[in-house]
Amino acid sequence: MSLDALYQEIILDHYRRPHHAGLREPYDAETRHVNPTCGDEITLRVHLSGTTAGDTVADVSYDAEGCSISQASVSVMSDLVIGKPVADAMTLHDEFLTLMQGRGAVEPDEDTLEDAVAFAGVAKFPARIKCALLGWMAWKDAVAQATRAPMSKEETA
Amino acid sequence: MTTGMIAATVGYDVERVRADFPILARRLADDRPLVYLDSANTSQKPEQVLRALDEHYRWRNSNVGRAVHQLGDAATADYEAARATVATFVGATDPAEVVFTKNASESLNLVAGVLAWADGARRVGPGDEVVITEMEHHSNIVPWQLLCERTGATLRWFGLTDEGRLDLSGVDALITERTKVVSVAWVSNMLGTVNPVADIARRAHEVGALVVVDGSQAVPQLPVDVAGTGADFVAFTGHKMVGPTGIGVLWGRRELLEELPPFLGGGSMIETVRMEGSTWAPPPAKYEAGTPPIAEAIGLGAAADYLSGLGMAAVAAHEHAITAYTLEGLRSISGVSVLGPTEAVDRGGAVSFVVDGVHPHDVSQVLDSYGVAVRAGHHCAKPAHRRFGVQSSTRASAYLYTTKTEIDTLVDGIHRVRKYFKVA
Repeated sequence: MSLDALYQEIILDHYRRPHHAGLREPYDAETRHVNPTCGDEITLRVHLSGTTAGDTVADVSYDAEGCSISQASVSVMSDLVIGKPVADAMTLHDEFLTLMQGRGAVEPDEDTLEDAVAFAGVAKFPARIKCALLGWMAWKDAVAQATRAPMSKEETA
Repeated sequence: MTTGMIAATVGYDVERVRADFPILARRLADDRPLVYLDSANTSQKPEQVLRALDEHYRWRNSNVGRAVHQLGDAATADYEAARATVATFVGATDPAEVVFTKNASESLNLVAGVLAWADGARRVGPGDEVVITEMEHHSNIVPWQLLCERTGATLRWFGLTDEGRLDLSGVDALITERTKVVSVAWVSNMLGTVNPVADIARRAHEVGALVVVDGSQAVPQLPVDVAGTGADFVAFTGHKMVGPTGIGVLWGRRELLEELPPFLGGGSMIETVRMEGSTWAPPPAKYEAGTPPIAEAIGLGAAADYLSGLGMAAVAAHEHAITAYTLEGLRSISGVSVLGPTEAVDRGGAVSFVVDGVHPHDVSQVLDSYGVAVRAGHHCAKPAHRRFGVQSSTRASAYLYTTKTEIDTLVDGIHRVRKYFKVA
């Protein structure tokens, strides 16, 4: 099992210089996710800008402590989803999840996943899949909260 | 008993011992030999234990304590013989003081649970205090938090010194007449610290508190005399002492096991059952509801026999030498700091460390590519990590089969980690 298959240069670059890091205003929802096995944590904020045609991801900001895989993954994810319609970003989430759960048998689509294809190798390291998904899960949760927040506050409380 | 006091030179041939453990001969990816340094997590199992499990299922399998047939007699005799073996192994004079559980967590939950339901003076309630320490495994924190939340009692704890020892300076303010229970790890699974449990037990008994000792890391490593600890209860688990998973032990003083109420209700733990109410079997059956882990208990008996064969003084001496060697090796690498005592004095075999600039997950991933298995994360001791200002660490834990060559491979691997992540 080659280490370099896991630690692609793109991943190490994002780890050393994460994009969109730090918590910013304004935001519509904030989530805090933990990887209970290692204690890695992320606080992530999502800001959506609404249009009649549907919401767009205006900003993703975060404060995270974790390994290279989890840090790089949230950095790449932010690059990918910021500026995209929520529905399109959610499709990317699903695509990334499929890639991670594919045991290395799923061929990633570089046109849609861009830098995130670098994580294809993670799927062969079962203990690290959670690391790669930590940011994505926090983001999905935040979007869910932001899009239903006005209607049911008690649901998220 | 502390590792510092053991000057035993009685040794054993580590290579011969290793030959008893089939898994140690296996090859990993890229044909690398396994360097197993995760024994504080779970130990490997010798042929003798595997054979005991196999022979039980193959030739003597039956339920225990109820079947009137030859297999039932055989299984019951084996199960009870295992109890007697384990009792002798930990210095208990009465096998009835050995309760088989699922694991150490269940043993600790058992004690915490029954103290909420006890009648009279033993019951933990509002105004009472439970004292633990900041270096506990989550299994010796959460059951007491639950007990306190459910009864209105207050949880208090010993803090830690910068060296990773218990800060005993405020012991008289911490253990007071309000204290009902003191529960302490004998050996820390993260810092490796060996705690002065007998001293703490003495103080706790002065105020009438019960003393619970989490022996999960101690029983596999040290010669143990449960009564000599002064404890009222000692919890430990089979899988860390070359035994199978799914079997734990709660040793408890007989009068307490008799006095306290049952934990789980069901078959085997009763004297008689009527629709209007039931009465209980005497201990240990009182605390062993349902079909117990029979094969696992027999396997644990074989594990205790195996350890006795090596001699626990020899096991402790080996562990001590390897720990000293590990600490020395880690000291030689710049950018690596050990959490917990940095000298092998009153110290067990778990060595947690931080590599500056590299997350423990990444450390362990690179080490794994060289066949070195360590643990990365919080090792179920989040508060102790927080105390030292880190979220997680990498832990190397040796055992009776660990060689110095394996520690050399670890040290070499950490150099490679630093190079790979460009922090060297």
